[in-house]
Amino acid sequence: MKINDVILKTVVKGVVLIILTLSIYLFLSGHHTPGGGFIGGLVMASAFVLLFLTYDVETVSEGIPISFKKMSAVGVLISVSSATFPIFLGQPFLSQSFGYFDLPIFGKTELATVTIFEAGIALTVVGVVVNIILSISEGSNKWKA
Amino acid sequence: MLFFYIVLPLFVAVGITLISSKIRRDLIGWVAFSVPVILFALFARHIPSIASSESIQTTFSWIPTYGIDLTFILDGLSLIFVLLITGVGALVILYSIFYLSPTDSFTHFYTYLLLFMTAMLGVVLSDSIIVLYVFWELTSISSFLLIAFWFHRKNSRNGAIKSLLITMTGGFAMLAGFLMLHVMTGSFSVRTILTELPQLTEHALFYPAMALVLLGAFTKSAQFPFHIWLPDAMEAPTPVSAYLHSATMVKAGIYLIARFTPGFGGDMYWFWVITAVGLVTLFWGSFNAVRQNDLKALLAFSTISQLGLIMTLLGIGSAAANVTGEAKALYTFALFTALFHLVNHSTFKGALFMVVGIVDHQVGTRDLRRLGGLMRFLPITFGLAIIGSFSMAGLPLFNGFLSKEMFLTAVLSVSELPIPGGAQLGWFIVLVAWAASLFTFVYSMILVFRTFTGRPIIDEEYKIPQEASVGMLIPPSILATLVIGLFFFPTILSDYLLKPAIDVLVDGGSALAPDIYAWHGFNTELYLTVAIIALGSLAYFLLKKWRPYYQYIPSEWSFNNLFRKTLSGYERLGERVTTRYMNGNLPSYFLYIFSFFIIAVGVTWFVVDPIAVTFDSPSSITVYEGLLAVVMAAAAVAILFAQSRLTAILLNGVLGFSIAIFFVFFRAPDLALTQLVIEAVTTVLFLVCFNYLPEWKVEKLSVTKKVRNGLIAILGGLTVTIVGLAVNNYSKFESISSYYEGSYELAGGRNIVNAILGDFRAFDTMLEGLVLFIAGIGVFTLIRMRQKKGAEPRENQ
Repeated sequence: MKINDVILKTVVKGVVLIILTLSIYLFLSGHHTPGGGFIGGLVMASAFVLLFLTYDVETVSEGIPISFKKMSAVGVLISVSSATFPIFLGQPFLSQSFGYFDLPIFGKTELATVTIFEAGIALTVVGVVVNIILSISEGSNKWKA
Repeated sequence: MLFFYIVLPLFVAVGITLISSKIRRDLIGWVAFSVPVILFALFARHIPSIASSESIQTTFSWIPTYGIDLTFILDGLSLIFVLLITGVGALVILYSIFYLSPTDSFTHFYTYLLLFMTAMLGVVLSDSIIVLYVFWELTSISSFLLIAFWFHRKNSRNGAIKSLLITMTGGFAMLAGFLMLHVMTGSFSVRTILTELPQLTEHALFYPAMALVLLGAFTKSAQFPFHIWLPDAMEAPTPVSAYLHSATMVKAGIYLIARFTPGFGGDMYWFWVITAVGLVTLFWGSFNAVRQNDLKALLAFSTISQLGLIMTLLGIGSAAANVTGEAKALYTFALFTALFHLVNHSTFKGALFMVVGIVDHQVGTRDLRRLGGLMRFLPITFGLAIIGSFSMAGLPLFNGFLSKEMFLTAVLSVSELPIPGGAQLGWFIVLVAWAASLFTFVYSMILVFRTFTGRPIIDEEYKIPQEASVGMLIPPSILATLVIGLFFFPTILSDYLLKPAIDVLVDGGSALAPDIYAWHGFNTELYLTVAIIALGSLAYFLLKKWRPYYQYIPSEWSFNNLFRKTLSGYERLGERVTTRYMNGNLPSYFLYIFSFFIIAVGVTWFVVDPIAVTFDSPSSITVYEGLLAVVMAAAAVAILFAQSRLTAILLNGVLGFSIAIFFVFFRAPDLALTQLVIEAVTTVLFLVCFNYLPEWKVEKLSVTKKVRNGLIAILGGLTVTIVGLAVNNYSKFESISSYYEGSYELAGGRNIVNAILGDFRAFDTMLEGLVLFIAGIGVFTLIRMRQKKGAEPRENQ
């Protein structure tokens, strides 16, 4: 029997957009309100997982040509190197700093180096979660065949 | 600045991997080649200032709380090593561009090689023992990767594992020794430790620390009986053997001992252990080199022997610390010779490895039984081989002659030691050293004449070999030029590199350092050399008569066999123990986990500090909370009676989501969010795992097992409940939450949870990210790289 999943596919297209927006919002809002790198990454990963569930792996990888393995590696690299960087400025390992700036549209905005570190964590989470689910699901397909 | 020198190869290595698919492959080699060339020039700029006994220092604080800093110091001793690492490194990379075959991965090769370069530079420049240790292990890891470069060959993999096991065991021992040194002196700085050590000879940890540090050095420098990994490491591509396993990495142990000489030197045990181990290694290496038929194995044993020679000299020279006057000059002479021979060995052995590589590359074999008469076809290579091996044999006109003569002088001086029986022992040492030199002469001759003279062994497969390309000939030619150049102008080396280095080892050493002369007049050393040449030539011509006797040495008694047996014994034991409890049955794993939890948390807490559970001021329970608790309990009970796996998973989901709602009730939005998303992702994970899971069936258990399981379940639940209730009244430690209340001032964030994750305890978060990444890679490899049924193991494909 051929499953008719037009409704699912249509809904997912919209929903994924919302989830991705939410994930970016969560990621950026983490400094003062609930959210942060880990949750943001997790939500973004769930959006990708939803896409992979609805469409098949080939279609999604064609549309989003991202290697999630590389993504997780880049994430680790970013968080570790952002942690190492302060050493060169004579600060201890993992020092974070923040400041307030007047930006054109946002007004007075706080910018913190911790965001870079969190971005690394978020990328790691997205990469690892998607990668694990993808490898298990592909492995199980082979298992059947 | 030094720090940037060290990490430059690492950065280029990372860069190479990132852009490798975009550029031509030989370009990768040239990019890698530029790194040691630049570094050599940068380090060479410091020669004049180091020669006027200055040193260059760079410090970054790493873990200031524990006093661990990234301090790097370039002094005379380090300078010799960094010049060797970058100089030989440049030649080897140039050579390898032409050596590697088109099927080899340039990216991997040069990434590993540059990684090694960073590690090795770090070892010789670090002042902190912890940083030194980290780089030390990194050399082992990069060596492992390079030995196993042709990983489809079983021998390569075995050689790599063997070298890793032996050098890492030594490395761990060294770490323990370093920690003892830290306990003794309270410092992590090598310089501080060295100044304080001579006053601490009475300390209980003095000898344990010494033994452990020596263990690290001996394993790394392939000293008897740990030398067995080096011949097996010859499975690596020849440029790697030339670089890591003769010129640099195996000299890390030498470096370590030289570095610690001012601290431990003067102690009699240090003197005798190093001298004895060095002598045994010197003899055993050269004795075994003669019997080898594989040219690289011959060179491996020769390297072992030469490392033993340098080690012996360091051992003899270590006595310089606690004597004065003429004796001090004598021992300083030995140390000086050690450094001199270190440089010489790198030049001639590097050249010889490259020569053997050329033979292997052009002829297709390096088996002595199938070689012969190559002089006609490879004339330039033949010339280089002559220069290299004659220097190794200690013949005049080559730098090996100078250091060999000085070695004999140093060995002769041992008999003048003021200890009982010193004279007899001294002569015994001279005898061993002389015999080892005799064997050295013989295998040097075998290397040249068996390969290049005589008649070529022509069979069906024989192709007439061509002389190697210019790119492969230039690097060994440069080394050969050095071999001859150092014979005629040793003073340049001595003044600019050796004397500044000897100052590091011995206070005021450069004033005592000898001048190097080729001609000493007629003395004992010269007679010994003449005897070596005469008897050695005789032995070489009679080789067929006495070499067969080697086969009577029983192979069961070798250290190789011991190593193999120990390893397989450990494997069997480990397997037996592990299969005992790892039976693949998930419920029994839960049994272990919960039993451990009950004992570790419940019982311990009960015994150590009886828990007080009071219901003094309970907060009121709202209707919603009560309802939710009932729902959760109902779901938990229902799981027990679930008839299908899907029902169980859904009920489990009910539990998870209920917990998330609890987090909302208790105003923990971060936790609630995380829990919600995790629940969703876990459910998906369950779905994709469905195919792997076996059929759902209710287990038939005996009554006793049921009672046991029930008991553990109840006790586990009870422990959690009691702990949860008791936490409220626990007052053993002060609450740490007040510390985090300053998150807005300290970290600029109002969300305390994230301030903790990203700032206060960011180290945990960083490592968790790393662990997550490793786990992801693990899942990927376990599932995707799984071996198909009946297929050949992946590593052999």
